Amino acid sequence: MSAARSSNGHAQLGSFPAAVEREPPRAPRSYHGQPVIKEPIWHPEIPWYFFTGGLGGASAGLAWLAELRGNDVLARRAWIGAFVGTNVSPILLINDLGRPLRFLYMLRMFKVTSPMSVGSWVLVTSGGAASAAALDALLPPVPRRWRTLLRLAAVPARPTAAMAGLPLATYTGALIAQTAVPVWHEARRELPALFAAGAAASAGAFATALTPVADAAPARRLALMGSMAELALVALMEHRLDELAEPYHQETAAAYAQLARGLTVAGSLLLASRAARSRPAAIVGGALVLAGAVCERWSVFKAGFQSARDPKYTVGPQRRRIDGGLTRGASRRVVAAAARAAGRARSA
Amino acid sequence: MSALEVRTYGPAEAKPRVGFFTDTSLCIGCKACEVACKEWNRVPESPQGFTGNSYDNSIDLGANRWRHVAFVEQRKELGADGVAANGLVEAASIEALVSETGLQTYQDGDGLRWLMASDVCKHCTHAACLEVCPTGALFRTEFDTVVVQQDICNGCGYCIPACPFGVLDQREGDGRAWKCTLCYDRLKDDKEPACAQACPTDSIQFGELDELRARADRRLEQLADAGLEGAQLYLADGSDGIGGAGAFFLLLDDPEVYGLPPDPVDTTRDLGESWAAVGVAAAGLAAALVGSVLFGRRR
Repeated sequence: MSAARSSNGHAQLGSFPAAVEREPPRAPRSYHGQPVIKEPIWHPEIPWYFFTGGLGGASAGLAWLAELRGNDVLARRAWIGAFVGTNVSPILLINDLGRPLRFLYMLRMFKVTSPMSVGSWVLVTSGGAASAAALDALLPPVPRRWRTLLRLAAVPARPTAAMAGLPLATYTGALIAQTAVPVWHEARRELPALFAAGAAASAGAFATALTPVADAAPARRLALMGSMAELALVALMEHRLDELAEPYHQETAAAYAQLARGLTVAGSLLLASRAARSRPAAIVGGALVLAGAVCERWSVFKAGFQSARDPKYTVGPQRRRIDGGLTRGASRRVVAAAARAAGRARSA
Repeated sequence: MSALEVRTYGPAEAKPRVGFFTDTSLCIGCKACEVACKEWNRVPESPQGFTGNSYDNSIDLGANRWRHVAFVEQRKELGADGVAANGLVEAASIEALVSETGLQTYQDGDGLRWLMASDVCKHCTHAACLEVCPTGALFRTEFDTVVVQQDICNGCGYCIPACPFGVLDQREGDGRAWKCTLCYDRLKDDKEPACAQACPTDSIQFGELDELRARADRRLEQLADAGLEGAQLYLADGSDGIGGAGAFFLLLDDPEVYGLPPDPVDTTRDLGESWAAVGVAAAGLAAALVGSVLFGRRR
């Protein structure tokens, strides 16, 4: 806005201090429209890992509990999910590193301030335990020494896999929340729960698709519970993010979000209505819910990039915090000596 | 313990905290800092083409740009930020202002204001990049600067979106994250960083942080007295969201105009909330698993 024009558009005579015209709230300013923060450099491996980690983590819990309840038919299928999920995960993660050969450096230290460090240890624990438990559950009981050792190892491995699966399925929410990306950081209370819901839906759907319908009732319940929670938590997250949620309604993130919603709704309707009687319905319904969970992770992933790319999401909330008096911001000004003197004279 | 104090090292090893005071009112946009940094640190070339954004063709900080000079053109009347619009008054005030303060950012006659600022890694007191680094490649030196150990970094990329200033990036073909080291090698030889040494107008001033802050306070008052109401010290004390910076700035307009966040925070301060949310989510997942398997029909 030119200083020579008042806010109602009439030209002013001469020029008067801008104090008389209160400017309306402006769009956040920026440096040539460039982003303030950097977009992540993570590749497609990462949203896929969010999915496989969730699938593996929740499947281990499902398998162990099904075993405890005496449903071995379901337990064996769920152990397959745990094995696949927790073994594909490290491959994806290592492949995403800028220096894959240095993947072991992830275990140089244990840092609570770094969800990635905590997650690395969780994944190692969970992967080792789930692999031992799954191999023991799936391999034939041959009279060999290694088989006996595996049987013994699986005794503590089963509950360990189930327990470690819980943080494995959820820490990824904290991982992306602990960044400067507004749509992620401001959703730090919802993201872990959203990923947990997706994990429950994935594990339930995977086991439902693989298990004969007569033994799959717990998996179906888990898939439905997870799907419902996933839909509800997306809505809650977007509500809490308010205008920062915009990326979820634009570009690629919006496409994935819509796809995720459609697939999850369709899949869970099919599971709820037909999967108890029809194996094909269980397979198709399970596949739809799994695809929905994948798309939901992709939607969150892409929204982060879009949120980082546009400086208004970074600058806008920060400027509002300052203008609203919630924080002082990072800048400090001083009043000129003349104004200081005038202020003193007025108060005297 | 003041917010600007970092206690990583014991009294025997710790050196006084050093940093940069970048006084943008003295910057002439020569980019000597960008060049000196590249030469000393052997930073690879980063051809960007022509942006059309004033004289800025290096765009931003990144793996291959550890100093970056921003150029902003503003048509803005001079004197108490908008009081004197008349060209003659303006020209006279410019001369007065230049002779009084050495201000470099106005050009005669047409009321065009140039804002130029050399940006750099802030070497935060509370550095998010360092906190999230899973390998410990990012560490705090005895000078309280923040440096990436390149023989440790495995290119996980976590520091890149964690930085509230967008300083770090991954070097293509190399895979690791790179940023300003505040010339760690030169500091150990009691030499000032290459950019500060190359700066012809002393817009980039290197020194012990306490001394730089006192100098910056005086400079801010001088500019305010000369009528530059927009003048502000950015990241100069410990009350901001990163506990103060090792590299702070005197700006002539709001930070976002230079591409800097007006209220940056180290997200580690919300770490507790994030882990609590993980705990709640994990408990919820456990409840869902128990509920669906142990209750209802067994099969």
